[in-house]
Amino acid sequence: MSVLVNKDTKVIVQGITGKEGSFHATQCKAYGTQVVGGVTPGKGGQEVEGIPVFDSVKEAVENTGADCSLIFVPPPFAADAIVEAVDAGVKTVICITEGIPVNDMIPVKNYIKTYYPDTVLIGPNCPGVITPEEAKIGIMPGHIFKKGNVGLVSRSGTLTYEAAYQLTQRGIGQSTAVGIGGDPVPGTVFADVLKWFQDDPETEAIVMIGEIGGTAEEEAAEFIKEYVTKPVVAYIAGVTAPPGKRMGHAGAIIAGGKGTAEEKYKALEAAGVTTVKNISTIGEVVEKILKG
Amino acid sequence: MKVHEHQAKEVFRKYGLPVPEGYPAFTVEEAVEVAQRIGKFPVVVKAQIHAGGRGKAGGVKLANSLEEVKQYAAELLGKTLVTFQTGPEGLPVSRIYIEEGTNIDKEFYVAITLDRSKSKLIIMASAEGGMEIEEVAAKNPDAIITEVIDPFLGLRPFQARNIALKLGFPKNLINKVASIFVKLYEVYMNEDASMVEINPLVLTKEGNVVVLDAKVDFDDNALYRHPDIMEMEDPTQESELEVKAKQYNLNYIKLDGNIACMVNGAGLAMATMDTIKLAGGEPANFLDVGGSANAEQIANAFKIILSDPNVKAIFINIFGGILRCDRLAEGIIKASEEVKPHVPIVVRMEGTNVELGKKMLNESGLNFITADTMWEGAVKAVEAAKGQN
Repeated sequence: MSVLVNKDTKVIVQGITGKEGSFHATQCKAYGTQVVGGVTPGKGGQEVEGIPVFDSVKEAVENTGADCSLIFVPPPFAADAIVEAVDAGVKTVICITEGIPVNDMIPVKNYIKTYYPDTVLIGPNCPGVITPEEAKIGIMPGHIFKKGNVGLVSRSGTLTYEAAYQLTQRGIGQSTAVGIGGDPVPGTVFADVLKWFQDDPETEAIVMIGEIGGTAEEEAAEFIKEYVTKPVVAYIAGVTAPPGKRMGHAGAIIAGGKGTAEEKYKALEAAGVTTVKNISTIGEVVEKILKG
Repeated sequence: MKVHEHQAKEVFRKYGLPVPEGYPAFTVEEAVEVAQRIGKFPVVVKAQIHAGGRGKAGGVKLANSLEEVKQYAAELLGKTLVTFQTGPEGLPVSRIYIEEGTNIDKEFYVAITLDRSKSKLIIMASAEGGMEIEEVAAKNPDAIITEVIDPFLGLRPFQARNIALKLGFPKNLINKVASIFVKLYEVYMNEDASMVEINPLVLTKEGNVVVLDAKVDFDDNALYRHPDIMEMEDPTQESELEVKAKQYNLNYIKLDGNIACMVNGAGLAMATMDTIKLAGGEPANFLDVGGSANAEQIANAFKIILSDPNVKAIFINIFGGILRCDRLAEGIIKASEEVKPHVPIVVRMEGTNVELGKKMLNESGLNFITADTMWEGAVKAVEAAKGQN
């Protein structure tokens, strides 16, 4: 078992004829993901590496039975692409695009929550989702992941890779790795993914990688206290980040003294989470916990 | 993106917000000229910098004559103003704002921003104007009035009236104050702000309501649809290196330490800084070179990093992923040959062909130190930096 995506997930790629879209559609397919179609308005009827292209998501879904969409559409059009996928009945929408205006995302996130409460949006500004050895739906390097029992959730792409790599090197596989992205208005937050991992019988332990900015980690800590019984190991990036500066990700900023790594660590520790201050030891810490 | 008070007020005027008459000035002569244009005293001479706390730092002066305008303008222009928000290095005052004086009776605070945990905008107000909202939130959280703005309906007039009532404005001004809040919301939405703030909003002794100070931050990701706002950018308010890095499309933030880092990905870049600190060093910067990390980008990154005279060692930490390590090594070698860094370089890379990449670095004839993990890399960088002192 796994969460969100598996070998049966049928994926379409929105923006498939672009440079990023075609490259990653091909990579995902090579990993074994069922990439059943792509969408680029005006380019319906073409093919990308044998993947049929459609003019609209609706058309693509009707023809392929896709239940997941991976979005590479450029920022000015990405919010619209998300809504198009949701409206077409796609159940899991994964948006890689970085740089979507926040004012575009606020109504989109609330629209999904109000009218399509069962639809999941992952991202934007994220590396995607991978269930190792079943489906890679994103831009992560597949070879560093291994099938197993650790659920991984992260706001950062490269830190997901760092953690997965350390686990894999120690022979510890992952059930699913979910990159929820670094934007201030993410479709999915830590608490959502923690619930999926808690409810997934195959997931034995959870690794959570947060960073400065916002209060998603504090809310996750509250949720863990109430709901999560599996061991959680957490790392927070940005202990040395200065206040008031945006650290790369749109959402990674300490504003008005809020959103510091210290506060997040404190909240997680109070919830019984094992925290890691040195990211290079995260694999070792998880290994110890799994061995009990 | 941050803008100056006079620019924020210019935007506010377009939306019909009640802003006192005022004009920016870049020279003493201009200051005198615009003070004459206002034609009555006192006027307020305000330093324009991208930070709050100007009043307490001596950046706001009340002038009762043209002579005083001249004097204060000369004092402020060219000065570096240090406030509690600027850090010890302060920010340069290259322009001032001359504004007609206001007879203050009461001061209020109002702002609109994103509540990230709700994914909705909120409007916050307090009758303790002039104070920083964080201070009010810490000392007297009940004094902050909040309304959540529905993304489909926008800020409703009744919500705006409720806030005006709770703030204690006289009844005859409720509708006027509410319309100020609604216009402020229009600014936020139409101009793609990420924060709008009036602090203070003033009730004058004459019974008027005016915007005495204005602050607007714009969403960088939405600037592409606001060319007029983009023109308001003032590079004098950012560090020279950060401006240069932006031109190279690099995400760089200067810090105070002596170990520079060059990393792919924002999260890994922050983690690298934190690891340097854990290893006993101090990071000199945040730098995300992005996903491609080719020779040209690495060379540009070297140039930025090495312009900081504090830097004693460089730690390159790249998680290759799809990017091959041999290609990366090639890029690092090429960039080093071009830029010729004068400090030791520690390289930690991970991904496909990592052994080949390391071999290339070791056999390049250049002085690279390789490391297998982030921790090892950070420790080696800290040691290497010590050797440079």
